[in-house]
Amino acid sequence: MSFDLANKVRPDFPILDRIVRGGNALVYLDSAATSQKPNQVIDAEAQYYREINATIHRSGHELGELASAAYEEARQNIAGFVGAKAQNLIFTKNATEGLNLVAYAFLNATLMHRNGQTKYAQYALNPGDVILLTEMEHHANMVPWQHIAQLTGAAIKYIPVSDDGVLELSEDLFTNNCKIIAVTHQSNVLGTINDVAKIAEYANAIGAHLILDACQSVPHLPTNLENLNVAAAAWSGHKMLGPTGVGCLFLSDDLLLGLPPFLLGGNMIENVTFEKSTYRSDNGKFEAGTMNIAQVIGLSAAATYLSEIGLDRVHQHEVGLTRKALTALLEMPGIRVLGPSEMSIRGGLISFEVNGVHPHDVSQYLDANGIAIRAGHHCAWPLHRRLGAVASSRASFYLYNTEAEVEQFLAAVSEIRSYFKVA
Amino acid sequence: MNLDALYQEIILDHYKSPHGQGLQPDFTGEAFHVNTSCGDEVTVRVMVADGTIKEMTHDGVGCSISRASASVLHDLTDKQESNKFYELLDEFVELMHSQGKTEPNEDVLGDAAAFAGVSKYPARVKCALLPWMAMKDAMEGNTDE
Ligand SMILES: Cc1ncc(COP(=O)(O)O)c(C=O)c1O
Repeated sequence: MSFDLANKVRPDFPILDRIVRGGNALVYLDSAATSQKPNQVIDAEAQYYREINATIHRSGHELGELASAAYEEARQNIAGFVGAKAQNLIFTKNATEGLNLVAYAFLNATLMHRNGQTKYAQYALNPGDVILLTEMEHHANMVPWQHIAQLTGAAIKYIPVSDDGVLELSEDLFTNNCKIIAVTHQSNVLGTINDVAKIAEYANAIGAHLILDACQSVPHLPTNLENLNVAAAAWSGHKMLGPTGVGCLFLSDDLLLGLPPFLLGGNMIENVTFEKSTYRSDNGKFEAGTMNIAQVIGLSAAATYLSEIGLDRVHQHEVGLTRKALTALLEMPGIRVLGPSEMSIRGGLISFEVNGVHPHDVSQYLDANGIAIRAGHHCAWPLHRRLGAVASSRASFYLYNTEAEVEQFLAAVSEIRSYFKVA
Repeated sequence: MNLDALYQEIILDHYKSPHGQGLQPDFTGEAFHVNTSCGDEVTVRVMVADGTIKEMTHDGVGCSISRASASVLHDLTDKQESNKFYELLDEFVELMHSQGKTEPNEDVLGDAAAFAGVSKYPARVKCALLPWMAMKDAMEGNTDE
């Protein structure tokens, strides 16, 4: 396995040269939380502000036209990056907002259906209906659904997770009363890559709407949303080399045309009178108010950057690093790895426990060596309880991480138990 | 390594062999506190009579800082006058909020002075305070009985 990719791209990421605590060179292993940004992205955002900043879709002057064109070009580019059409892509603030948008649009459809608007029947949730989630969901793909279930009278059910962190999929769970199925493509704790094709097959057989949390897949795996056959997919720009403050939501034609809007105001309307308003029927229906134009343009630069390298290559690089780390951690005394030990169904992150040492102490020790990882429940508290862990430590890898960094990480982890006098 | 300023020998010793761990059956006050950002938990029980803390025990799961802090708190308050707890509490809270800028008063704080280094790490201050806050509530007589 060659790890050339990291050496090739590192000069593009100025932050990676930083010196951090204790005079150490930064070893950034927290990309699953947020990725670092290349100059190409930073420059694209700055250039937009320096040269063409204006509101989109409403200013009749030249800058307005340039800004609108740049925004729509970005939409085209990012849609192409995930194998979707621009008309099906909506910009949000982050994945959390995208998932809430879908949940609240279903709630609005339910209320409008209860008020006699029969065209919303296929999106309405009623007592007796089921929203099917998995036990490995991030709070962002669990809490909004719990809330919507409570408000509509629908029930929440879970696809269980096995002790080694794999979904226990069985067609029996996909009963006819399942209206919404919301699953993560790749777990942000276990690293498990779920079999979305299989889940889509089960979902489509019962006519349920399949909502995908693509936060940990779109940045790391070649992803074609049309081929995956999902009704919706949400992810965040900041985890794929893009700026903070921008996320994406893919909606199939069915949901795009059929769901009522979530946020209301400027841009999303068709006609407004004192009495009532009608709404646009295209993706603009879900983009109310002045959008995060500069961030969308920055995100487009990130998509271009990743496409030029190729997601296959990014994934291969991460798999190589993860395999090295996983093999060593599985053999290290006093370490428990969460998630599958089988690399073929894993992405580029590893969560683990150090026997006798709390994850906060693990991350503090690594931080003193310049190594940035994440400790806590990673917004998946129920999953940690399910696995019998209070919390865990997580190292996550991206295209700019080197083999030497993985070695430094492993060396530091191997010292932790003796430092804390538990070995 | 500057980490040693945070993880003083005293703290690691208390973490390894905690004092007062395991909840006593009889008590006048009990409190359970959770750190929502990491899921750390602590329960403190006290038996207070005649202005004296006859017994202080604790249990929980958490990092070395929060577990050692509970252990030190036991040593400082078990079989002491109730007033002493409140004096220590004020002193300890002030130390935790000092951002590493004040010298701990070792005469008053005893082993708790070892937590001075924690105040330089904002994310860890909550860990050190967790058992103290739980004990404060327990002293106010919140019991389940
Ligand atoms: C799987 C998964 N879903 C959802 C989110 C939420 O993303 P954001 O906080 O950017 O909305 C994250 C990131 O923390 C994640 O890893």
